[in-house]
Amino acid sequence: MSDVTDATTANQAPTPDDAARLADSKKAGPVLAADGTPLKRSLNRALRRQKLRALMLVAPLLIFVLLTFIAPIADMLFRSVENQIVSETLPRTTDLLGDWDADAGALPEAPVYKALYEDIFIAQERKEHTRLGSRLNYELTGVSSLFRKSGRKVEDMGEVYQDQFEDLDEFWEKGENWNQMMGSDDWLADHAAWNEDSGDRQPRFELRDDIAELLPETAAKYEIFANFVQVEDEDNLYTEDPWAVVYSALYDDLTGPNAAQIANYSGFGADKLQAAAAAVSEFETVDFAAAFEDIDKDWSSMDVWQTIQMYSPKYTSGYFLNAVDMQKTPDGPALRDENERIYGTLFMRTMFMSLMITGSCILLGYPVGWILANLPARTANLLMILVLLPFWTSLLVRTSAWKVMLQQQGVINDTLVWLGVVADDSRLALINNQTGTIIAMTHILLPFMILPLYSVMQTIPPTYLRAAKSLGATNWTAFWRVYFPQSVPGIGAGSILVFILSIGYYITPEIVGGTTGTFISNRIAYHISSSLNWGLAAALGTILLAVVLGLYWAYDKIVGIDNVKLG
Amino acid sequence: MKLTKTILASTALTAVASMASAEAHMANEMTIVSWGGAYSNSQQQAYHNPYMEMTGVEIINDESSAEAVAKLRAMNEAGNVTWDVVDVVASDAIRLCDEGLAMEIDPDEMLADAPDGTSAEDDFGDLLVSDCFIPQIVYSTTFGYRTDMVGDTPPTSVCAVFDTETYPGKRALEKRPINNMEWALLCDGVAKEDVYDVLETEEGQQQALDKLDTIKDDVIWWSAGADTPQLLADGEIVMGSTYNGRLFSLIEEQDQPVGMLWDAQVFDLDGWIIPAGLSDERKARALDYIKFATDTQRLADQAKYISYGPARKSSAPLVGKHAELGIEMAPHMPTDPENAKNTFLYNYEFWADYRDDIDAKFQAWLAQ
Repeated sequence: MSDVTDATTANQAPTPDDAARLADSKKAGPVLAADGTPLKRSLNRALRRQKLRALMLVAPLLIFVLLTFIAPIADMLFRSVENQIVSETLPRTTDLLGDWDADAGALPEAPVYKALYEDIFIAQERKEHTRLGSRLNYELTGVSSLFRKSGRKVEDMGEVYQDQFEDLDEFWEKGENWNQMMGSDDWLADHAAWNEDSGDRQPRFELRDDIAELLPETAAKYEIFANFVQVEDEDNLYTEDPWAVVYSALYDDLTGPNAAQIANYSGFGADKLQAAAAAVSEFETVDFAAAFEDIDKDWSSMDVWQTIQMYSPKYTSGYFLNAVDMQKTPDGPALRDENERIYGTLFMRTMFMSLMITGSCILLGYPVGWILANLPARTANLLMILVLLPFWTSLLVRTSAWKVMLQQQGVINDTLVWLGVVADDSRLALINNQTGTIIAMTHILLPFMILPLYSVMQTIPPTYLRAAKSLGATNWTAFWRVYFPQSVPGIGAGSILVFILSIGYYITPEIVGGTTGTFISNRIAYHISSSLNWGLAAALGTILLAVVLGLYWAYDKIVGIDNVKLG
Repeated sequence: MKLTKTILASTALTAVASMASAEAHMANEMTIVSWGGAYSNSQQQAYHNPYMEMTGVEIINDESSAEAVAKLRAMNEAGNVTWDVVDVVASDAIRLCDEGLAMEIDPDEMLADAPDGTSAEDDFGDLLVSDCFIPQIVYSTTFGYRTDMVGDTPPTSVCAVFDTETYPGKRALEKRPINNMEWALLCDGVAKEDVYDVLETEEGQQQALDKLDTIKDDVIWWSAGADTPQLLADGEIVMGSTYNGRLFSLIEEQDQPVGMLWDAQVFDLDGWIIPAGLSDERKARALDYIKFATDTQRLADQAKYISYGPARKSSAPLVGKHAELGIEMAPHMPTDPENAKNTFLYNYEFWADYRDDIDAKFQAWLAQ
């Protein structure tokens, strides 16, 4: 008891800091320590050592908190801007789309569609295209099935080239021939020495330098293919035949700027390559734009391309815009349609209801704290158990109990009808609305208000009230002018606890809140577990965190955080 | 020095020993995730117990199916998938497959043929809605009503839900657009075959919401399957939608004055997926379990404990009587011809595309 009042008035014991300050304040010439160094420096050194030792003491806990608490939260919050998936899944397409100007009103040019073919082909082999579809479907309805459908059909698209090469010469069918042509000498030797059954790792594919120069597209695609077969499928590269996308790349190379140099090539399969180079001019070609339009007419819709272009960057503000009822449009951020705005309402409602709950906790908790603090210790302890009892009951049980109490055929309504207070056909709606949430959450959070109030009130000497009264104050004046100001730190601590707990509450509003009594946290939970839109959930969570920190700061400015006492 | 060596050696030994026991442990233990309650119980009786008896494997039950997609994604990102077989609804299976979180299944190769030799693929037929999904049961979302609160005219059409004159009182609907939007359009005069064409358009979505708006004040929105049965039992609502198995247990097992309204019931599927990224040993165990648990007899056995229809065509004739009540189960199956006169099949493709968009509008409408 005494230390609370004393702390502000009594003389503080001297600390090393005092000496440092003292040393600092002496402007006239440095004070020297026994060993001749300036006292200030020597003290600082001693202090630093002390601080380091203290830091080492708390280090285990600090590291624990960093690893298990701060890092996961930071990681989760980072998702609110992260958007690598688009450019990682469609690297070539997003690259080319950078130059495309949607305002010109024309669809992207043919190379973009060819890049899209290559990207989707590789993505569907890796089974990544549907993930991207789900991601973009948050922004534009229908993209999910567009990507799923395209992934299924893209395989046939480039087979036109594969078939023609294979018809031309059986040489092109065999994975073995491709390896001989594309692989470096070292790798070929390693692979020949490798025994598949030995359990050793398959030598990783290496490109031959001159072929990479001669057939850049083909070499790049073949490397991706080889890497996929060896690392992800863990198959022997010699037994696998290349993807269709390798053949379409070969066609590009043979008709591309390097075509003239093929005549000078003398490595493995040179004759076959030269024969193919001579034949490609006769090949049937594929119009990728038309082929994609064939799969789904959405590929010729500006919306789809604009969405891909808008979400190409590695980081996006899209999630945050969504979280404040806005959306990215080609012309910049814009408000969503009226019938899609929801988060603003929910944030306001969460704030308002948390304040209501905090208020009703103060109203109900203050008298209880007062009684507890002023009863003899034995009775107070007994009552204390009643306050703590709810802590030992499961949250779900308590919330479900409120359902039984509050519903229209429930205990409270039945009693009121029986007493004749309300008519049977106009029973009160106490649950599945804001009333229900406020009642149930006030009950659940009440101990968090009572406990700090009680411990602060216990430290207020009863003699102060008696003194006030003996000096002529009425009961009310004595309470309001003498007792209440001293209990304010308890109210502050309780309010902060209750408010911050309730602002993030999830399960109780979900059960008793109906539609008008739910919080923003219910929406966050929905996006985490149901819609899987973790980016949006992270953005909403970040905003909530920022709002709470902002309120905390405001509270500190207005009330002062030093005035908060938990005991 | 000596001490250090001893400690090091013993640590190494323990580490090796624990690794070895973990290896042996894996093969004999599997974690199966399901929904809990009566449903898990039916699986325990029909699948787990016989399988454990047959193989000596220890099956650990986890009741996390409701959050399975989110948890699997988190496990996958952490690189530590602890589940072996997961029971999910078909739409979740499709999403897991899309996200690369579930393993692709070749039904003919990995599942048992029907007793008459029909291949698994033909036996499951159209119910194989995703490459990763092995269907188990057909369940439906449909309405139950209080027989003592509807007077002499028990409802026969789903549109009774929108008819607050004839059937005053509260109704319970699920707090999501799926199913509710379809019913609303159906009762607003849209032909059944046009429902999804209409729902694709902005106007159609608004039309459905407008229809729902006519009963908004009379609706209690549920999010857990147990809510509607409880509300019906307490007389809080006159009718409400929920899963048909829940209504069966309310009517037959708990003897409540509740009737089934099968009209416009929406079929949905529930089944297994195997998470991607399991070790070979665990994958082999999971596949072995799946092959056993989805054969014709096992699927029919499950219907002894819960009124959900087996997903195999060949199981239907084998459905018998309830294990405890002794009543015939066939008439309580959602797929029974008498009950299935007017049905919807959950449109997976449509909702995979429109779910986020329509849900945003639905929630905004709810919050107004």
